[in-house]
Amino acid sequence: MVQLLDADGTRTPHEQLDAVLDEHGLASPERLRGYYRDMVMIRAADLEATSLQRQGQLGLWASALGQEAAQIGAGHAAREQDYLVPTYREHGVAWARGIEPWRLLEMFRGVSHGGWDPNELRTHPYMIVLGSQAPQAVGYAMGLQRDGLVGTGDLSTDTSVLALFGDGASSEGEVSESLTFAASFQAPIVFYTQNNQWAISVPTEVQTRVPLAQRSRGWGIPSARVDGNDVLAVLGTVRTALDAAREGEGPRFVEAVTYRMAAHTTSDDASRYRPKAEEQEWAEKDPILRLRRHLEQLDQIDEDFVARCDEEAHDLAMQLHHHIHGMEDPDPVHMFDHPYAEPHPIVAREREEYLEYAAQFDDDEEEQA
Amino acid sequence: MSGQKAPITLPIAKAITAGLRDAMTADDKVMLMGEDIGVLGGVFRVTDGLHAEFGSQRVVDTPLAEAGIVGTAIGLALRGYRPVVEIQFDGFVFPAFNQITTQLAKMHNRTSGRVTMPVVVRIPHGGGIGAVEHHSESPEAYFAHTAGLRILAPSTAQDAYWMTRQAIECEDPVIMLEPKRRYWVKGDVDPDHRPALSPWQAQVVRPGTDATVLAWGPSMPVVRESAETAAADGIDLEVIDARSLAPIDYPTIAASVRKTGRLLIVHEAPVVSGLGAEIAARISEDCFYHLEAPVLRVGGYHLPYPPSRMEHAYLPDLDRVLDGVDRLLEH
Repeated sequence: MVQLLDADGTRTPHEQLDAVLDEHGLASPERLRGYYRDMVMIRAADLEATSLQRQGQLGLWASALGQEAAQIGAGHAAREQDYLVPTYREHGVAWARGIEPWRLLEMFRGVSHGGWDPNELRTHPYMIVLGSQAPQAVGYAMGLQRDGLVGTGDLSTDTSVLALFGDGASSEGEVSESLTFAASFQAPIVFYTQNNQWAISVPTEVQTRVPLAQRSRGWGIPSARVDGNDVLAVLGTVRTALDAAREGEGPRFVEAVTYRMAAHTTSDDASRYRPKAEEQEWAEKDPILRLRRHLEQLDQIDEDFVARCDEEAHDLAMQLHHHIHGMEDPDPVHMFDHPYAEPHPIVAREREEYLEYAAQFDDDEEEQA
Repeated sequence: MSGQKAPITLPIAKAITAGLRDAMTADDKVMLMGEDIGVLGGVFRVTDGLHAEFGSQRVVDTPLAEAGIVGTAIGLALRGYRPVVEIQFDGFVFPAFNQITTQLAKMHNRTSGRVTMPVVVRIPHGGGIGAVEHHSESPEAYFAHTAGLRILAPSTAQDAYWMTRQAIECEDPVIMLEPKRRYWVKGDVDPDHRPALSPWQAQVVRPGTDATVLAWGPSMPVVRESAETAAADGIDLEVIDARSLAPIDYPTIAASVRKTGRLLIVHEAPVVSGLGAEIAARISEDCFYHLEAPVLRVGGYHLPYPPSRMEHAYLPDLDRVLDGVDRLLEH
């Protein structure tokens, strides 16, 4: 397993990845502090979202606590032009991509099915039906090939796709079909699976008998297994894989070994299936703490910076709180806005029927007034 | 076919080939994907010659994986392509069911209209060719039930050509049900003149006064024949080709029922929870005071599609349609 930072934050030399990180300045002290801030910010947003769900402001929340390094690392490994195809728990990836957390909450609050423009932010909508996004990601990558955006030698424009899914989703047939298509057409894509050890209540052992990273080799797709709580290892590994894909070397597969510290979602009770000792063991591998220790070793962090990050994170949580409390329910007639791109007589008819029905209540209210 | 003087006579399969070729010539974002559609030209040869003409980047022989085919088509559409996917046989669409119903149908809505999904899924449709199981099914109700999809069911060469063009031009995903039993039946095609009738409208193909018979795709020939046979007995049937199954053109059907007072719906799919049930309910609601009889249906039984030596009894034939007409007129 690739690891650059051990649990104490000590950096282990790694010839290939060190070169990648150093060449792009990805491990400069300034960048490292940036990753630390990102992880603190997204953890605060995550905890606030859980609180908002408990307060009845969100229908559901899927926490990414513990997966901050796996997500911030992967998010920053992608170049600006790359297209990201997430599942529904990639809040850190979204943060690295510049998607404001309140946009993520739209879906969990139930005001829309997706809060951002996939083309503008080059990030696909969150995916609920696990694994379904994988063939779509490959198709997008096949489009990049046809558009001549692969293997031209210009890393600033050559483009690849990062398809994200979990250990549970890896059992879906569509993920296997995606590996087939990607390998057959040598599509510029990196399959990135965050193995957070649990698919709701079912452990990884029930999804696979071999490390997930071994799976893709059967398709002829090179793979790597990386410590998902080590932001530098993730960053270097995923950047290397994405660059190989964009250079026309075909698909890659990366398994990040990490841990979901919270329950699957706010509807789940992890205490029913998960040993406390295991949670404690992983708490000691906390990705934020690890990077902080590393920065301390480099003498690149001080109490002021830590306090400033915490303050910003608190402000972000408060912003989220106020944003959600101020978020009005859409007028239900908007459900009829976008089922089709072109006019549809039956939707138009049902929209009119709905408006007529709803108008009766307006009349009642006027009478009462 | 561009440049040829219209009209020309083509079998339905070749009319679709012409439609695909002309769409690919007109728009270089149009591409074809599917199993065996390249060098072989498809198991029904509908894509015959297109691989040689447009190359392997635009006529893509895919791995044997239907979810992968539709899923990658969705990704290509996200990149601005207009993929036309061939599913080899109707019964093989179910492995792609998830991609079609939870993904393709919903992407435009999920993104609040920011993304369009101009993907066409071509499915050879229906029975009567003596095939083994899963080669003769009528899955239209599954897809008609899913908002976000459109379904076209051509029954003539002219519709086969133009609906292919119009499905590819449509910004919404379209399921094209091609009447495989009729692939080699010839008809006139006018590729140079876009029809006045929208593909989403039904067509009265025979005017009549005593009852309306509605069908689509592979059932149209038997329904037309039944009208001729009934006419010999002095019964004047109005025949409608539904053409579009999603949306269904209720105004055209309702206008006919208001005139004739009776409606018989004929389709190959099982009548239980089939499209006929949906149409019957809607017409009963919209035309209640004009109906002289309950809306009746003739279709498949509530069975898995039978082995082919029994399919003649399963598929609505002339006698079963005429029996339905008799029951309708008894009221």
